[in-house]
Amino acid sequence: MQDQDFILQTRGLNVYYDTKRVITDVNLDVARNRITAIIGPSGCGKSTLLRCFNRMNDLIPTARVEGQVLFDGLDLYGHDVDPTEIRYLIGMVFQRPNPFPKSIFDNVAFGPRINGFHGDINELVERSIRRAALWDEVKDRLKASALSLSGGQQQRLCIARALAVEPRVILMDEPCSALDPIATLAIEELMRELSEDYSIIIVTHNMQQAARVSHYTAFLMVEETRAGFMVEFGESRQIFTNPEDERTEAYITGRFG
Amino acid sequence: MSVISQTEFQRRRARRKWLGRAFHGLCLLSVAIALGMLAVLLIYLLIQGTTRIDWSFLTSFASRHPDQAGIKAAMLGSIYVVIVAGVVSFILGVATALYLEEYAARSKFARIAKINIANLAGVPSIVYGILGLQIFVHSLNLGQSVLAGGFTLALLVLPIVIVAAGEAVRAVPPSFREGSYALGATRWQVTWHIVIPLAFPGILTGVILAVSRAIGETAPLIAMGALTFVPFAPDSPLSRFTVLPIQIFNWTSRPQAGFQEAAAAGIIVLLVILLLMNAGAVILRNHFQNKWE
Repeated sequence: MQDQDFILQTRGLNVYYDTKRVITDVNLDVARNRITAIIGPSGCGKSTLLRCFNRMNDLIPTARVEGQVLFDGLDLYGHDVDPTEIRYLIGMVFQRPNPFPKSIFDNVAFGPRINGFHGDINELVERSIRRAALWDEVKDRLKASALSLSGGQQQRLCIARALAVEPRVILMDEPCSALDPIATLAIEELMRELSEDYSIIIVTHNMQQAARVSHYTAFLMVEETRAGFMVEFGESRQIFTNPEDERTEAYITGRFG
Repeated sequence: MSVISQTEFQRRRARRKWLGRAFHGLCLLSVAIALGMLAVLLIYLLIQGTTRIDWSFLTSFASRHPDQAGIKAAMLGSIYVVIVAGVVSFILGVATALYLEEYAARSKFARIAKINIANLAGVPSIVYGILGLQIFVHSLNLGQSVLAGGFTLALLVLPIVIVAAGEAVRAVPPSFREGSYALGATRWQVTWHIVIPLAFPGILTGVILAVSRAIGETAPLIAMGALTFVPFAPDSPLSRFTVLPIQIFNWTSRPQAGFQEAAAAGIIVLLVILLLMNAGAVILRNHFQNKWE
């Protein structure tokens, strides 16, 4: 693949909390309009890596990032880059659904409003909720509290909220780990649809999920001497059927982690 | 085969049950003592004071004659001073709490500041009176006015507001902050749209506590030079004033029985004002609390 096929690339990425290194020398290429999964055992730095892509690690005072994260060739950690602009272009969905304690409508309208949207907000909210496959369930109660929705609905609302600012990339941090199997399937279905227009990076504990939905998979590991290094990266089909590294094979066949 | 023999178990069980009942009784006794004392106080006040409460008591000024003495000046003084103290301590307290919890959250400065603010709540109130006399009355040249009194009480209750508001701000789940940062919100937008609305009920609780404390304070206002005999209503922020607790203290130190009755009536008025203010704040708090849950 050529360079322009990648929307996000990390180059020599290292992340430290204080003096402890949690991501070691990661070079990862994220393809445009594809789903890239990051898998690995607990504590291998999956979420930390994901949070480099929208500079959420900036919110942790002790976190320090070395190396480059290129977004269409632009270094996200460059001197004159404003993290709030990055987060406007690169949306995020969290592990536990976290709708604001506001109405369903106001949740989706929040992002456009704080970013100074002046168009037809009703139309934008409806379009975003439809895109998140939630419209039929909430169209009659947009003024109701977002907290009155079920867990799966809340997570789709959070996806609608992220879509409302029309980001280029959506980061998903174990988006289904707090959901039941049916809600999980609905989210996975939605991810496949969204990948036609968006580039998606998903962190997941669930290897079946990674195998089901993702086009590419990165496998991260932690060892005693180094943390958060990438063992293998490639097409998901190859990673899950014919991994090159024996540690990847051990992990995906459930021998550790 | 059991680890404890049957007879030993029975004996111990009887003892445990007895201990449980004894502790229950002790707690009940404490409640009875606390509520009993309050009840005695209230009944005593009502018996002594109710006959004195009428429209003219509320609308008359202080007087040398016990049966003509009224509470208008002190009542208005208390209300004005407490409003100034409440507004000033609310603004300063919430802003301070937001800075310490949101902006400087993990800094060493914030940690040291918070410990010292908590300690300030224990400084004797008369010290604030002396401080107020020096800063507001003399240095800022406000005189012994409603404004100076309100500012002095604001300083006094500021630690209460800061600590309560800080706790309310800390109680806002980090996931809401992350959710809004992830949409491109600036720190100001997160604070204004997410943190403050969610912390507001808790902040109001702190302000209720602070105002209740301020309305009963006597010593700092005497120290900063509030009057004890005021035959006029405060008509401007720079007007001299007195407050209910000072008026009440003044009456209780007189020998005539009529002034004792006036004092009891004054305390009832003070309690009613306090209850009304708290009720108002509680209604406001519930209005914000239950909206989206």
